[in-house]
Amino acid sequence: MSMQVTHAVWLNDSAVCSIDHLVEVSGLSLDDISNLVEDGVIAPADASDPGAGFHLAHVLTARQARRLRDDFELDRNGLALALTLLRRIESLEQALHMAQSGHGFGLPMAGDLP
Amino acid sequence: MKYKDYYQTMGVPRTASADEIKQAYRKLARKFHPDVSKDASAKEKFQAIGEAYAVLKDPEKRLAYDELGKAPEGADVAPPPGWQNNFSTAGAGFDDADLADLFAAFGRGGRGGQARRPAPVRGQDVDISAPVTLEQIHSGGEIEVRANLPESDARGVQHLVSRTFRITIPAGAANGQRLRLAGKGGPGHHGGQPGDLYVALALTPHPLYRLSGRDLYMDLPLAPWETVLGAVVRIPTLDGHVELTVKAASTAGQQLRLAKRGLRGPDGVAGALYAVIVIKVPSQVSDAERALYQQLAELSKFQARANFG
Repeated sequence: MSMQVTHAVWLNDSAVCSIDHLVEVSGLSLDDISNLVEDGVIAPADASDPGAGFHLAHVLTARQARRLRDDFELDRNGLALALTLLRRIESLEQALHMAQSGHGFGLPMAGDLP
Repeated sequence: MKYKDYYQTMGVPRTASADEIKQAYRKLARKFHPDVSKDASAKEKFQAIGEAYAVLKDPEKRLAYDELGKAPEGADVAPPPGWQNNFSTAGAGFDDADLADLFAAFGRGGRGGQARRPAPVRGQDVDISAPVTLEQIHSGGEIEVRANLPESDARGVQHLVSRTFRITIPAGAANGQRLRLAGKGGPGHHGGQPGDLYVALALTPHPLYRLSGRDLYMDLPLAPWETVLGAVVRIPTLDGHVELTVKAASTAGQQLRLAKRGLRGPDGVAGALYAVIVIKVPSQVSDAERALYQQLAELSKFQARANFG
């Protein structure tokens, strides 16, 4: 079996891409992406500079939007609602996970480590 | 060629109307769509549903599929005469071809030998998850990722081929973080671009630590006398062992916080490690130990169930 050493792009908030890149990798149109921005689903990396591009994490949002739109035949409003609710569920799941891991307040300190 | 019962997959009779098939698909999509379902097998199920729907929603593909007749799932079937004219693989054998791959190539052959003008088709994107350990995302390093990726053979029929990639994980990567390998997905057709490979890091459960954001939680087993008298214990952290002072009169469930001994973030700042005290009691004791416990029981005024009234 061959091993390929390949360049990978991390899809996080540390690097940005253009709106054209979001179009290219998601399969959405420029109008679709613009609608997601207008609906608050995707935000530019710098709100004061529309030309600053978008965090690469939004590649995932845009791809998810395309899948949901195509698979459920959602219109613009339905898509924005579905994505917003999914984000909220993710946020609640993270909060639940934090609570279940034993995170609390007023924890005794062990002191400085040697 | 192995038969797949697309009607059974969709849960509709062979006589189902286009509307009934669409309704069935929507119902199944709501249940198994990977973006909304927590079912571990949702991705696989939705892929099968999508494959079936792609054929049954298209009147021409459905007609060609129906021409195969009905057979048990997985049974070998032989296409009727002329059937292969629908496909770009005309003239080639169907023995080892997958039904889904064939229908993906449907229409490129053209009935009656009149081929349609093929449009460029972008290759499919592929999503996989790569298991990583806590140590790997804490310190960074290289991992090998294996993926079964579609590739076209000489006849244009796609097959899944196992490929391995070596990926560098930066220190401080997060569980669930994704990366994109451009052009490493399915092959394009007729000049179309290849798809991309998306890899999601999936943290494997750790035998010692539980993760919460950048903070780690671990059980700290102590003997009963260690919690009463206090102790200095050696505990493992992601950056090596450290000595931790447990104060006298500590109690079960108490959390001892070790600053900056948690998971390192992408900014290099580490969370905390919380050692949660768990009192372990020996299951077997010697005669001498039993005598000491007996002596303690007689001497101690401690009421473990004082709140019972």
